[in-house]
Amino acid sequence: MLPCDLKPEQFNGYPPEARKLVSRYVSALQRLPLSFLPNLLREVIEYDFKFPAERRALEKELATLNSLSSEQIKDWLQGFAPIRLSSQLEDSDWVNAPGQFVEQLSSHLWSTHQLDAFRTAALAYAGRLRAVVPPQPPPVPRLGITVIGQGVAAHDEPLFRRLRSHGTYFSGVKPDNGFELLLNAVAARAKEHPLPYAHWYIDGGQAAAHDPALTCVSYHALEPVRAALSTKIRIEIRRPGMGPEALRTHLAQLRPADLGLAKAGDAVLDRFQVKMLTEGSGTQIFSTTFAQWTAREALRRAQPLTLLVRFAPRQRQKPMNEMLSASREAAELDPLGSLIDADMGAYYNWLNLQRLTGAEQSSFLVWFEGHNEAIAIGPSLPRGTVSNADAGLEKLLSWAS
Amino acid sequence: MDRARLAAAKASTLQELARHLAWTRREFLRTGAGIALGSSLQPSSLFARTGIPAGKRKVVVITFGGGARDQETFAPEGQENIPHLMRELIPQSTFFTQVVNRGILGHYVATASLATGVYETINNFASLPPEHPTVFEYFRKDLKRPASDAWVVAPSNGFNRIGESSHRSYGPGLGARVILPKHLLAAATSGGGPDYEHLLRDNYETPFHTPELAGSEFALQQLGMMLKLSVDDFKAHALTLSSPDELSVYIVRQLMRQQAPSLLWITMHDIDIAHAGAYSLYVDGIRRTDRLCADLWKTIQSEPEYAGKTTLFILPDFGRDSDDDSGGNGFQHHRTGDALSRTTWMMALGAGVREGVVFDRSMESTDLVPTLGSMLGFSASLAQGKPIPELL
Repeated sequence: MLPCDLKPEQFNGYPPEARKLVSRYVSALQRLPLSFLPNLLREVIEYDFKFPAERRALEKELATLNSLSSEQIKDWLQGFAPIRLSSQLEDSDWVNAPGQFVEQLSSHLWSTHQLDAFRTAALAYAGRLRAVVPPQPPPVPRLGITVIGQGVAAHDEPLFRRLRSHGTYFSGVKPDNGFELLLNAVAARAKEHPLPYAHWYIDGGQAAAHDPALTCVSYHALEPVRAALSTKIRIEIRRPGMGPEALRTHLAQLRPADLGLAKAGDAVLDRFQVKMLTEGSGTQIFSTTFAQWTAREALRRAQPLTLLVRFAPRQRQKPMNEMLSASREAAELDPLGSLIDADMGAYYNWLNLQRLTGAEQSSFLVWFEGHNEAIAIGPSLPRGTVSNADAGLEKLLSWAS
Repeated sequence: MDRARLAAAKASTLQELARHLAWTRREFLRTGAGIALGSSLQPSSLFARTGIPAGKRKVVVITFGGGARDQETFAPEGQENIPHLMRELIPQSTFFTQVVNRGILGHYVATASLATGVYETINNFASLPPEHPTVFEYFRKDLKRPASDAWVVAPSNGFNRIGESSHRSYGPGLGARVILPKHLLAAATSGGGPDYEHLLRDNYETPFHTPELAGSEFALQQLGMMLKLSVDDFKAHALTLSSPDELSVYIVRQLMRQQAPSLLWITMHDIDIAHAGAYSLYVDGIRRTDRLCADLWKTIQSEPEYAGKTTLFILPDFGRDSDDDSGGNGFQHHRTGDALSRTTWMMALGAGVREGVVFDRSMESTDLVPTLGSMLGFSASLAQGKPIPELL
């Protein structure tokens, strides 16, 4: 089937809000090329479970496409026109399973050497869209905080090497009650700017007591979900004919209820958490990966005003000889390795914060938990400098903002 | 927006970025390892430089299944992770700074492409042979070499079909023998338990899956016949090793001593732990690979069958994603197809290779097989790449 054959009733399988949204734009969708449309539908079908920022962006994108003339549509999407698709892709149920279509499309683009052409077309389209519908600036400058090194008593190697040129390195930080101070600071922002999913606290271990105004995700709280997922994976990989791609497709279709996570009531957050575990690579195994990937996805999708991420020690990767000895001991932790992971994770958190609107006004703080080292980045702080001033974390936050 | 994030770099800038990468690698090498720009050197023939006829030469190829980026390797901040490459191997090598892979960036299909000289399009995660003749088939058919003269050692069970293609003019019976050390380990030990499953997990690109083996894998009884190793010795030695790549290198040494193949291909995989997202483990993998490459070079120099007549090639199959590409997640994957993930390097050292020179012209990873053909005296007639004149 081709997009020109689309009919409103073909979206009856979509969740209610998504169905309502898409029904207003069927005629616009009919004009889009098949190499493009399922990518858009993949977002639409998830509309009911999207964060407010994502919903707004999608609504604007559909409205913009609807407003374009046929000539403009051709012009905007001209890069997609030469993309050749297989008959298998054309015959697939791309309306109801756009995610699977996109997975197969990706494989098709790689194998037919069309990926670069597709990237160029996608970039051109995104540029056009951004020019017409520029992202909204945040109502208040964003704040990112990353806490690293939990459980590390001492570390000789220099930290924050990738961030130092962007801000001020502090060597005299007062660590007392540091994390509590940071939690209070983000809670105060949440109360001052009470928007849904705008203030996040992500913990790679067990979450500390926090204000309910914060959207909280923690690795520890998801332990039963991870265990359920692990069991499902073990069962699936033993099924005859189950390959990596089929398994990935299966995992992408898992819902919170399948993993015992549907009773609390926040369907949007539950779906987000399940995606972190079913779509992230390594998030099921290493808490540091979970914290970094969750922060990345929270920034990309929810575009929060405030993001506090605390890394915790991940399990130690056993060397081969230990694995062979088949010890049944519980996994040990690797605080030093986790510090190195988290140091890189902090850099990625900053990079991802920089990709959001208002980046030039945003501020960012990384603290070596329990120690007197931190780096602060903000519009009023000099770059590439060192300060040995005795200062609490609250002071650093105020200087950075 | 996902569609926009897929498009991280314009195609028109890819070549510029690749050139920039090559230039910076050259500068890093000039300052870090003190090597010279090769374009000023006079050409001379390989035979004239070695005095070894093609029929007596041996070639060892090491590929990394899981590239490493410049910032963790050749850039000033990364050189601490590759002390052996920087101080021992690069000064003895001819180094190519800009090797571009225009194919699919999955490890099996990319390694198959390296081995055929054609950008293969087979499913990266299926147990399929390459569609075009492999270097092993050209070598054995053209030069009438026995099966024992071409070997592949690869850590991942998914590589069990890499030794010979499905091409109708080549294929069954003409390929390399393939050893999968982890598969040997599974056969030699009783296994069981989650750690064991984790160890045998096949492919970091798909952290959940271990495919079933099919095809011409190395049978356990050959452990004794070919490698002269008892199962007990093999198990005992495996218990002293920290990673699958160390096991591979152990097998390679044994193979060199017992079989002395003229064409030996080793694929390392430890670096690809990066897919699990733990940066420290990725860097550990780089450091281990650096050490193992140097160990293998020392073995080549010390084994009588190899010393003085062997050329060693070392190259990653491709790179990893840039931190700057919002479509990826930095070092973790190689999914964006950006310049950093497509552009890598290659070094050649040993018999007939000029020492301490660097070339930063663009070449393709498919150029390897025709180059091996010119060195060893066979024709890679169906390969897409071209022989590298700087090595001939």
